[in-house]
Amino acid sequence: MGVLDNAWIIPALPLAGAAINGLLGRRFAQKTVTAVAIGSTTLAFLATLTLFAEFVNLSRFAPDKIPVIHSYFPWIVAGNFRVDFALQIDQLTIIMLFVVTGVGWLIHIYSIGYMAHEGGYYRFFSFLNLFMFFMLILVLGASYALLFVGWEGVGLCSYLLIGFFFLKKSAADAGKKAFVVNRVGDFGFLIGLFLMFRTFGTLDIQTVLARAAEMPVETAGIGTLTAISLFLFIGAAGKSAQLPLYVWLPDAMEGPTPVSALIHAATMVTAGVYMVARSSTLYVHAPLAMKVVAIVGCLTAFFAATIGLVQTDIKRVLAYSTVSQLGYMFLACGVGAFSAGIFHLMTHAFFKALLFLAAGSVIHAMGGEQDMRNMGGLHGSIRATFLCMLAATLAIAGAPGFSGFFSKDEILWQSVHSPYGHWALWLFAVLTAMLTAFYMFRLIFLTFFGAPRYDEHHVHVHESPRTMLIPLMVLAALSIGGGWMAAPALFHRTNYFEKFLKPVFVNAEEVSAKLAPGASPSLEYPLMFVAIAGAVIGFFVAWWLYLRKPEAADELAGKLATPHSVLVHKYYVDELYDAAIVHPIQWISTNVLWKGVDAAGIDGAVNGIASIARDLGQDARQVQSGNGRTYASWLVAGAAAVIILFLWLGP
Amino acid sequence: MQLEAYAVILSAVLFGLGALGFVFKRNIITIFMSIELMLNAVNLSFVAFSRIRALLEGQVFVFFVIVVAAAEAAVGMAIILQVARNRHSLNIERIDLLKL
Repeated sequence: MGVLDNAWIIPALPLAGAAINGLLGRRFAQKTVTAVAIGSTTLAFLATLTLFAEFVNLSRFAPDKIPVIHSYFPWIVAGNFRVDFALQIDQLTIIMLFVVTGVGWLIHIYSIGYMAHEGGYYRFFSFLNLFMFFMLILVLGASYALLFVGWEGVGLCSYLLIGFFFLKKSAADAGKKAFVVNRVGDFGFLIGLFLMFRTFGTLDIQTVLARAAEMPVETAGIGTLTAISLFLFIGAAGKSAQLPLYVWLPDAMEGPTPVSALIHAATMVTAGVYMVARSSTLYVHAPLAMKVVAIVGCLTAFFAATIGLVQTDIKRVLAYSTVSQLGYMFLACGVGAFSAGIFHLMTHAFFKALLFLAAGSVIHAMGGEQDMRNMGGLHGSIRATFLCMLAATLAIAGAPGFSGFFSKDEILWQSVHSPYGHWALWLFAVLTAMLTAFYMFRLIFLTFFGAPRYDEHHVHVHESPRTMLIPLMVLAALSIGGGWMAAPALFHRTNYFEKFLKPVFVNAEEVSAKLAPGASPSLEYPLMFVAIAGAVIGFFVAWWLYLRKPEAADELAGKLATPHSVLVHKYYVDELYDAAIVHPIQWISTNVLWKGVDAAGIDGAVNGIASIARDLGQDARQVQSGNGRTYASWLVAGAAAVIILFLWLGP
Repeated sequence: MQLEAYAVILSAVLFGLGALGFVFKRNIITIFMSIELMLNAVNLSFVAFSRIRALLEGQVFVFFVIVVAAAEAAVGMAIILQVARNRHSLNIERIDLLKL
């Protein structure tokens, strides 16, 4: 009886931590809260390690038993609809478990230092643990229904943590925005699930995928599988901040920085990618849906990267960068390179979590300042943070040898080599890589180099405590080395990551193997060098504009005033949504639903009935004079009336 | 005309007088007496009809009415006594607290 057969223990640990801290934490000392929160996540991580060891054993001696699915109790039984509380473990789950518990654990440790002086310490850790629980349910669930539970749960925790500083209006609003935008996506997801149940009669992932594998590929028109895939993708676009539902993620930066790192960079926002990869068999049977996923992902990557070019808030740059990188992952899924997508998901979790945590460390050092225009020259005073951030920047920019290089290169190559690929996708992806290098080095140069632009008498730049630096260093090591298991692929040897994940995507690959591949393999190295050259160009442009000639950036912005202002205003998408959706809804709510339906209709009916009753009573009350003789008269009159009635009716 | 017919007519006249007194008099004692008068008028008609139809039930009923009237008189007098003590008046027009 190992962890493999009792996988419930992994989500149960953070849940217990959340419950203890959430219910009793108010009375605990800060140290107790820390012990509970860190203890539960540490145990969860250790349990994951044990589970991995057992899994490796199992895959060596009994690979036919994978995926390991255990049903613990029936959850919903209604007619022929049945959902068990069942957890499944396969290679994809293992990767996600490591990302969630590993990165989550590091971020928990970091939060001890970062949140030490904030109010609501116990509340923060309780939410963070609860998030871990739901995220683990999401990746472990063996049925789409259970996955949906985790899906909604992480959305809830995201809402709670974005609005953690709920006394700040912008934070509360950002929380609401995230929640509402996610509702739009979840609506699509739910319809997809209903359609899936109607088609397959079950929501069990393995059963659904097995049945889908037997169905023909829907090459022409929109069939059921295409519809299901597209609806599921709407959900994924909401959760993973893709066009046109990405607007909530930049605002989500109102939350504490560890939250941005854990939820809005490393784990929750990748849930959509996980779900699409998990449903890979469905998607390859719906080429149209694949195309949509690839195009949306590619456009999002490019679009968000352009906005990131001009942002001045350090966390917002990273937020748009996250949207952009998520676009890469969807691009990978859309061209059928699911394992490349998951690979990028993992490396991105490392380097983006590191970027956010390092940014948090910078903000901490600057005493709460987030605007890069008020930083500069920090590389000497906070050296450890700077070096970690540099490692992550090199990784995300795709510097050869760093983790991001391997995953991004794989995606770029697949976007043209795969049968679903296209040159246009590759072109946009490479342009995005160039933009990524530019805005990331812009961030580095603005923050760490040049002359200090803050008031040195008021801001006492200080390095963060050790609890914050150690997670940074671990993540820096992962950002550098986390991609090496795919390194042999460069020399046409085994890509160990892909090999590990292969069993999960075997059905999907069977379908795509029948199609003619795209670009010939001989182009691989030239294309790779183009991508590297793009990143180098991005680096030099950033260097020129922000380090060599700092005034050139403003000059350039002045010359390109119109495009610059469009970018600064984020393409006016928020304004567009406000005008097209928010204001009409507010108008309808105010004038029709509130003043019309509620005030006039419902209140009117209720008050009307009440006033009719009152008026009738007012009139009838006159009969009750309180005078005994009046009553006596009525009595006699009544008796006389009865007698007359009898006489009139006759015997 | 038979004796019984006279008795019924007398009963009707007495009942009418009682009803008029019940409605128009102001003194509670008088009203109370009017009620007694009506009850006894009914008793008289009961006895008369009992004799006309040669049935005993009418007379039995009379005893019930007398018993109930006695009980009602006791309760009624007690109430009147309390009203007289508290309000120093027996005028029914002034006893009108049973409204808003």
